[in-house]
Amino acid sequence: MADGTLRLKDVTIALAGQTLVGGLSLAVPPAQVVTVMGPSGSGKSTLLSWICGSVDPAFAISGRVELDCEDITGLPPETRRVGILFQDDLLFPHLSVGENLAFGIPRGIGVGERRKRVREALAEAELSGFEDRDPATLSGGQRARIALMRTLLAEPKALLLDEPFSRLDAALRDRIRRFTFDHAVERGLPTLLVTHDPDDAAAAAGPIVEIDIASC
Amino acid sequence: MLRWFPALTLVLFLGPVVAGLVGTWVPAFGILPTLGAMTPSMAPWRQLFAAPGLGTSLALTLGTGFAATLVSLAIVVGFLASCHGRQPVVLVRKLLAPLLAVPHVAVAIGFAFLASPSGWAVRLVSPWLTGWDRPPDIATVPDVYGIALVCGLVLKEVPFLLLITLGALGQVPADRTLAVARSMGYGPATAWLKTVLPMVWPQIRLPVFAVLAYSLSVVDMALVLAPGTPPPLAPRILRWFNDPELGRHFLAAAGACLQFLLVAGSIVLLYGGDRLAARMGRRWIAAGGRGHSGQIARRAGMAAMLMVFAMGLAGILGMAIWSVARRWRWPDAFPSVWTADNWTRQADALAWPGWTTVTVAFAAALIAIALVLGCLENEQRNGVAPGSRVLWLIYAPLLAPQIGFLFGVQVLFVSAGLDGTWAALVWGHLLFVLPYVFLALADPWRRLDERYARTARCLGATPDRVFWRVKLPMLLRPVLFALAVGFAVSIGEYLPTVFAGGGRFATLTTEAVSLASGGDRRVIGVYSFLQALLPWIGFMLAIGVPAWFYRDRRGMKVFAN
Repeated sequence: MADGTLRLKDVTIALAGQTLVGGLSLAVPPAQVVTVMGPSGSGKSTLLSWICGSVDPAFAISGRVELDCEDITGLPPETRRVGILFQDDLLFPHLSVGENLAFGIPRGIGVGERRKRVREALAEAELSGFEDRDPATLSGGQRARIALMRTLLAEPKALLLDEPFSRLDAALRDRIRRFTFDHAVERGLPTLLVTHDPDDAAAAAGPIVEIDIASC
Repeated sequence: MLRWFPALTLVLFLGPVVAGLVGTWVPAFGILPTLGAMTPSMAPWRQLFAAPGLGTSLALTLGTGFAATLVSLAIVVGFLASCHGRQPVVLVRKLLAPLLAVPHVAVAIGFAFLASPSGWAVRLVSPWLTGWDRPPDIATVPDVYGIALVCGLVLKEVPFLLLITLGALGQVPADRTLAVARSMGYGPATAWLKTVLPMVWPQIRLPVFAVLAYSLSVVDMALVLAPGTPPPLAPRILRWFNDPELGRHFLAAAGACLQFLLVAGSIVLLYGGDRLAARMGRRWIAAGGRGHSGQIARRAGMAAMLMVFAMGLAGILGMAIWSVARRWRWPDAFPSVWTADNWTRQADALAWPGWTTVTVAFAAALIAIALVLGCLENEQRNGVAPGSRVLWLIYAPLLAPQIGFLFGVQVLFVSAGLDGTWAALVWGHLLFVLPYVFLALADPWRRLDERYARTARCLGATPDRVFWRVKLPMLLRPVLFALAVGFAVSIGEYLPTVFAGGGRFATLTTEAVSLASGGDRRVIGVYSFLQALLPWIGFMLAIGVPAWFYRDRRGMKVFAN
């Protein structure tokens, strides 16, 4: 039965014979933010890469990931419908703001509709009329909002956040955090956040999972 | 399909090299089925060692090859050691590209125009300084010792080694290391030699070997600058191959094998010298000598580099001026009557070789780019980690002397019915274009932040879409730059055109070489200047097109290498 939940089952991550994450299982229900905390090098980012299907083959990983009661473990990233945001916004520097957003919209949708969705997304990010702007001319907060909107336009069924607020300055961090969580919850997305900032975890207001470097 | 790219590249690229070596070694022992010779014999070798003046040829080859390599290396290392972080390095970096782009033959002809007894250099100081009212009767280009050839090679190899070393310097913490050494009381040049050079040397060793291999086996520059009776080994082998008496092919093949052994032995020798220098260098470093203020070294380093750049650029300028000169009497510094007639009169003769040059260069560069992109993309998608052995494979056609295997390539093309076709010509050029294209593109391609591709995949893009819509547009500038590198390399190729073209194709390079031996300087000026101009146009487009295309994308500036 489809319940929109993101489930990790008995996930173990090892690198060069050393176990980083051992037997992690957790469930992220729709519209909830689960926070995974741990020191750097604990394999948190690797966990997210693995969930979205783009992990470095150097890691040895076992376990399963299910989305909406469907096993997506072996699928290529583009068919998993799992969106991810990194520390850097990674807006494509060769495309305009509008083209960056349009990149996320699934194919097979007509030109007029694509344009409309871009316009709506910009309005939602309070950046109306920014279609033709060069992403390099935007402020950090504006770029972060565009990056989130681009991810959401791809119509993901789950959202992964890889310390996306750590590069923002303190004043901005709070607003962008709110903006991101509100949109994720509003769309009913199961959201998995990895961070080492306790403020992030507090703002997420969901369950917190701690991972340490597992002993061998 | 992508998985086939590395194999396809190796077959297209190393196949002819291996087949070429076999096809050269077998005739050297008297077997050449196309001529009906089937009995093995040592006759070609006996004939080779009985060739008059072979000893002189070998001495010329070894002397010029090692001299050119060591002098070039000394100039580059001396300059960078004494001027690190100073204004001259910034200036030289800016002037580097135009010199790098000039084909070998054009450099040789430019130097000949400059340094011959009736050349520009003597004109500029006569008669007011020299007192000469007619060109002095001494042989400078070519001279019996091959000094002109060494100078020509140095003019071409210094910019290349400089490029490689500057690139290597960018990848090591040179500034901080120098600061530490200086704070311990080491003089600037001594500090550079003792701390920075050991860090960059592993990355420039292979290119130095390539320079040695090239200098020992150069043909086109030698035809312009080296003495002819007897010439160095490589051009002499070409003369034997071109002999209408087909029996000479066996002698030529044996000579080509000797050339191969000579280059292999020289590389081993240089490698041994490198080991020895490293051991002595460690002792020198550990001895703790601080060196001096580096004032004298700086002046010497700057003067040597200035000479190289001034002569390189003056050579090109000289060709340009000759190409528009009507009357240029000795010892006038400049022509007294200028004209465009040299160009208009040559237009018809230029058209066909010019067309061949451009189309072959473009086709070879485009094929090379496609193969290299396929290999790099396969490497990223299928997680194939490249080893350092691959680099040696890539360098193989640059380390093996061209004359040592191109005859075999020709034999291969003949048996495939390809000889003298446009396709064979492109293939022949591809062997030498591909390594440079790979070297130019591999680093920027691998350096691109892989999270862009991951983000695009997670936004629902297939790997193909990521390639076409994200990676290729983001790396447009390095890709076009690599294309221009390949284009420039092909324009300058001489031997591959001679062998793979089966004598049926003329390019600007082959025309310039055959004109250079006699002929009218105005006509030579037209051919060689055009030959130097084409690579420049390629590089200007490669830099200009992405700059215009992304003029409103400030974030793309970081991808300008």
